[in-house]
Amino acid sequence: MESILGHYVYWVIIALLCIGLYAIMFKKNLVKQVIGLSIFQTSVILFWVSSAVKWNATVPIYDPAYPLETTALYINPLPHTLMLTAIVVGVATLGVAFALLIIIFRRHRTLNEDKLIENMKEW
Amino acid sequence: MVKNAPILIPVVYLTACLVIALIRPRFRHFAYPVTLVAVSLASAISIGMLCLVIQYGIMRYQFGGWVPPIGIEYVIDPLSGFVLVVINAVACLVLIHSLNVNKVEMDQRLVPYYAVVMLFMLGLNGMVLTGDFFNLFVFLEISSLAAYGLIAVGSKGSAFAAFRYLILGTVGASLYLLGLGFLYLKTGSLNMADLAAIIPFVQPQKDPALIIALVLMTTGICIKMAIVPLHGWLPDAYTLAPSVTSSLIAPIGTKVAAYVLIRMLFGVYGVDVISREFPITFVLGWLAAAGIIYGSVMAIAQTELKRMLAYSSVAQVGYIGLGISMANPLGLIGAVLHVLNHAVMKACLFLVAANLRIQTGHSDISRFDHTYRVKMPWTMAAFTVAAISMIGLPPLAGFFSKWYLALGAIENSQWIFLGVILVSSLLNAVYFFRIIEKVYMKSPGDHAAKEEPAVKFGSVEPALSMLVPTIVFAVLLIGLGLFNALIVTRLILPMLPPGM
Repeated sequence: MESILGHYVYWVIIALLCIGLYAIMFKKNLVKQVIGLSIFQTSVILFWVSSAVKWNATVPIYDPAYPLETTALYINPLPHTLMLTAIVVGVATLGVAFALLIIIFRRHRTLNEDKLIENMKEW
Repeated sequence: MVKNAPILIPVVYLTACLVIALIRPRFRHFAYPVTLVAVSLASAISIGMLCLVIQYGIMRYQFGGWVPPIGIEYVIDPLSGFVLVVINAVACLVLIHSLNVNKVEMDQRLVPYYAVVMLFMLGLNGMVLTGDFFNLFVFLEISSLAAYGLIAVGSKGSAFAAFRYLILGTVGASLYLLGLGFLYLKTGSLNMADLAAIIPFVQPQKDPALIIALVLMTTGICIKMAIVPLHGWLPDAYTLAPSVTSSLIAPIGTKVAAYVLIRMLFGVYGVDVISREFPITFVLGWLAAAGIIYGSVMAIAQTELKRMLAYSSVAQVGYIGLGISMANPLGLIGAVLHVLNHAVMKACLFLVAANLRIQTGHSDISRFDHTYRVKMPWTMAAFTVAAISMIGLPPLAGFFSKWYLALGAIENSQWIFLGVILVSSLLNAVYFFRIIEKVYMKSPGDHAAKEEPAVKFGSVEPALSMLVPTIVFAVLLIGLGLFNALIVTRLILPMLPPGM
């Protein structure tokens, strides 16, 4: 029980990771694959964010009530800041993915992977 | 000036990207000279920096004056300086070649195309320059996103090929980020030099989190590098992309991933961890060996030149992976030398494929005959030189990297890998001599009479802007072969990690 309740964040992240991978590998519709990709990225971002969570601690701005000797009372801001960058990268990836999907649909009139691979043999 | 040199390359590329993006469609032909100026400037800077690094030691540039590991830093040591010169110089020649090819293939889209090329180069250079693992992730994504765009403007199926690359590439980058998360949680640092100092104290063999980080990050990089079970995106992407894109991405894209792998395995984790305490190189070696054979066999089965070259790339990346996996000095020398040699060989071959496509309208191997040699003797001579180098006959460059790889395999007593190297040379000979034989021996036969000569620029050699880079690459191959001892002793030996 302890390993499930104590680490429930990680179980959620693993579940999200698996859902994302499942969608990428087994869904035939390309839009669903992109959704899976997004879930996959989100789980990685959640992993980083959850790693820097700390209860009963404060923002990393100097506060006279918390003397400098007790650095453990301040939150490490770095993982959260890095994830802002990662989120932006993820958004850019989504943008490119949807742009590609629009081109694919215009060129082939379908977004079904099986049909596209079938077409692929003719090119 | 010299102190700030490492930042100059990204600045040059970013500025060029913005300047090109501002060009109005009416003046779109100015995009080409701006590109050339930027890429030749970057080549000159990287050559200068390599000389400085060889002479005076490692160069560091700290962003905003923040001292690492708190701040981000750019580091140029012999290895990254070498890779910088390779990617910038090869890109410079390929982009000189692009003038006529792009006029034919994408006349209206020159401005955005060259702007994205600059972004792509920015990403690759940043990956090589940076000394910070998270910064590397950002540059990895910049170069990958640019690559998806560059691939998607090709023939009809290229958008789908780019999409599949996007899915795989993003999964790879996410796995890398996940692994990096584990690494950061355990060590509290993202700086490569700092991590290399911390990891021996954390003792990876007792701490599964560091091993998980190693495995996840290696898998992510291997997707970018196209090590065999993860190579699915490569053949379609290279084949269906426009000619300039494939001749730009094929020589340098996967090489930068190989550089990152070397940096991570040898520079951060260290030889002991990766080869003895947790033998990830064992897995890498067998996958690379499988990739060499698989890529060569698939290349024999192809009937289209660009697709054949794409599968040959899968095999050649396998050589680099094999050299890395040996984890001994000779194997690593072979891998790094092969990064250089394969970049030049593959660029030469893809430029020949582009010349054929522009001049004759196709690159279908079954339709080659000796009229092609009569029509373009220089292009075909360059092809032959590059093909012989790929097979690995001395004194051409390709022989020497395989030689070092073979020596490395002997030193480790890995006889099967030695056999793989020899067999794959024979397989290379099969698929390249098939073309050389057609071009030099086969008479045009009946089908040539029916075929209208689909020649656009007259039945002669391509324009000088296309011919000269192709021949320069071929001459370079001979030169690199003849001076390989100099390259190994002066450039590659200083980059071997300590303890090897």
